[in-house]
Amino acid sequence: MTAYLLRRFLSLSLSLVAASLVIFLVMEVVPGDPASFMLGINADPGALAALRLQMGLDEPLPLRYITWVAGLLQGDFGVSYTYRVPVSELISERVMISLPLTLYALALSTLIAFPAGIIAAARRNSAADLSVMGATQLGVAIPNFWFAMILVLIFAINLRWFSAGGFPGWDAGFGPALKALTLPAIALALPQASILARVMRSSLIDTLDEDFMRTARAKGLSRSQALWRHALRNALIPVLTIIGLQFSFLLAGGIIIENVFYLPGLGRLVFQAITQRDLIVVRSVVILLVFAVIVVTFLVDLAYAAADPRLRRQRR
Amino acid sequence: MTRTAITATAASILALGLAFGPAPALAAKTSASIGMQLEPPNLDPTGGAAAAIDEVVYANVFEGLTRFGADGSILPALAESWEISEDGLTYTFKLRTGVTFHDGSGFDAEDVKFSLDRARADESTNAQKALFADIASVEVVDPATIKVTLSQPNGSFLFNMAWGDAVIVAPETAADNAAKPVGTGPFTFAEWVKGDRVDLARNPAYWGEPVKLETVTFKFISDPTAAFAAMMAGDLDAYPAFPAPENLVQFEADPRFAVIIGSSEGETILAMNNKKAPLDNILVRQAITHAIDRQAIIDGAMFGYGTPIGTHFAPHNPAYLDLTAQSAYDPEKSKALLEEAGVSDLTLSLKLPPPSYARRGGEIIAAQLREVGIDTEITNVEWAQWLEDVFKGKNFDLTVISHTEPMDIGIYGRDDYYFQYADPDFQAIMADLANASDPDKRTELMQAAQQKIADDYVNAYLFQLPRTGVADAKLKGLWPNSPTQANDMTGVYWEE
Repeated sequence: MTAYLLRRFLSLSLSLVAASLVIFLVMEVVPGDPASFMLGINADPGALAALRLQMGLDEPLPLRYITWVAGLLQGDFGVSYTYRVPVSELISERVMISLPLTLYALALSTLIAFPAGIIAAARRNSAADLSVMGATQLGVAIPNFWFAMILVLIFAINLRWFSAGGFPGWDAGFGPALKALTLPAIALALPQASILARVMRSSLIDTLDEDFMRTARAKGLSRSQALWRHALRNALIPVLTIIGLQFSFLLAGGIIIENVFYLPGLGRLVFQAITQRDLIVVRSVVILLVFAVIVVTFLVDLAYAAADPRLRRQRR
Repeated sequence: MTRTAITATAASILALGLAFGPAPALAAKTSASIGMQLEPPNLDPTGGAAAAIDEVVYANVFEGLTRFGADGSILPALAESWEISEDGLTYTFKLRTGVTFHDGSGFDAEDVKFSLDRARADESTNAQKALFADIASVEVVDPATIKVTLSQPNGSFLFNMAWGDAVIVAPETAADNAAKPVGTGPFTFAEWVKGDRVDLARNPAYWGEPVKLETVTFKFISDPTAAFAAMMAGDLDAYPAFPAPENLVQFEADPRFAVIIGSSEGETILAMNNKKAPLDNILVRQAITHAIDRQAIIDGAMFGYGTPIGTHFAPHNPAYLDLTAQSAYDPEKSKALLEEAGVSDLTLSLKLPPPSYARRGGEIIAAQLREVGIDTEITNVEWAQWLEDVFKGKNFDLTVISHTEPMDIGIYGRDDYYFQYADPDFQAIMADLANASDPDKRTELMQAAQQKIADDYVNAYLFQLPRTGVADAKLKGLWPNSPTQANDMTGVYWEE
């Protein structure tokens, strides 16, 4: 296990170094000067030069890369060009929205997908199965931003139960904050729940066809007892993989939903930073997301081992 | 078992919905939330050009010696009155007394000297440094009097001092204004939730008439669909520069809302690269202007909102000359001019920045140019790319852009400006204008300048960008026009 962890850690670090280099170079290639963006089309050339100097934009490329990475290693993400506050401050504010939103959506998605997938698998070809399959087909097909707009139309504009978007901040209390995240979470969760329910169903059906299930039934367990005690756990591996992927997807990919609901999350921070050429922010957020994805993949690997003892043994 | 799980889930979701039911109606409203498309990068109007900065803080948080009124006139602000010497070189400002900054420190002539000297210093990053270029010295006469000496007469000096870039800041807090603005205005800065909103609160110690609103929230909603939903859902009370003109009809039809159409300082032009062949030929440029049907662009791209212009000047300005007839839509004339110039099989690049006037208008322009035999290669670019490629690199033939600074005809005299005109005769008119302080003489020179660039067909002048806003029908006192980039909230109130 230790050797395995060490190997994983090494590949994790290599991925990060490679990612940081790619991110840095890509941002250098992209046309656009942050200083001229800030000062606009009437800018005085002298003021522009002064600002470039202040922002350290005239230093050589390798030096800027090393300064950035060295800062990252010490937990210093630099200072945003446009906002002029530490990037770490910006990120931590945004994570406080994106992370809860992701977890909220993931929880909703799992809460919907598990029962739906299990019922569909347990009563294959029944009316329940057909309606779950039909509904999930629809759920996969509907783009989440469109679904989000429909939610806004119904619950914000017509019923006035919710705000059309925005986030009051956690200072406003847990209730209002959660409320503000509810519509976005539902919009994010629906397609994910549909995918998850379908995976849950097919994985469970595969497991139910296995020999050990017949043995379990032969030992005298009822259908549902066998399903709950033996099949479910074995069917979880592909489901966990999907959940892991979904977490990364939701954390990094909430950008469209964040725009529809104008939530100040990480996705919008990156989006805004790219248009404003706030390179420091873009780099730091992207590297952080890369890091999060790598860590989540690692955690999912560990979860496999917990779910399936066979994997644990192999790895030793 | 599974069925109960589903029922329980459904029940809890329903309960969640009920618990989040409609909020009780509030008593007399003393707050307003205002929608804006772009979030300011920082809140220091003296250190950045972003219009969004002024749209939050101008007149609300910061004040200058003079200020713009709703109609674009120049009004006294921190300067109560002023005297101009005979030769037009010395301005003596009498300052208001009893004014304090939001941090409690007092305002006096030293603050004015500090602010003006800071803006014109070598290491200044003020985006509009040119506003201060003529200042030779700033002298404190006594705490309530300041004397500004110019190196040459400048008829627009009081106008320049009204810009957001010329607001008065305190030496103690100037460095932190980007994140924590401290001014003398009727609202104090309360909070900035980045990516979401800026909150302002009434300044109880304001020197002037206290404002009626207790709090103002500026919310940043860039997506037009989301902005529409936020207005419809009642999350916003007003959206003074609404990004989607196509939605205005729906607001007009709804008695809850008032649609406010005003004019802005944005001259929207089809800019041409005057030094790049074949656009260096005036006949080709003239041909392009005659190929363009302004009304079709206004109808197609702006849903009918916008005033056609024939030169780079705002139609609401008293000195405006209507020169649209000189470059009227005439495809036949355009073809004849192209033939005269000996140009055929012309393909020009057309670079379009993100705003819808440019993207939609660009498509229409391309179709109109095709009618006279000019092909275009359209490239959509982001702002940063536009600045780098078009503005700085001058790597373009045509581009559509709105110049939103007030009275910015002077850009035509700049050396090395992106459309590369810089005609010496035009520069001479500008130099005379700077030295003229007689109003009639100034009007005459401004009109000469307008005529000059129209005669040279520097760019194709399309329309004055309208300011299309929407507000709750009971919210009164918003500026209909935008003589400068601002959302002045000082006169805004709720009608009972």
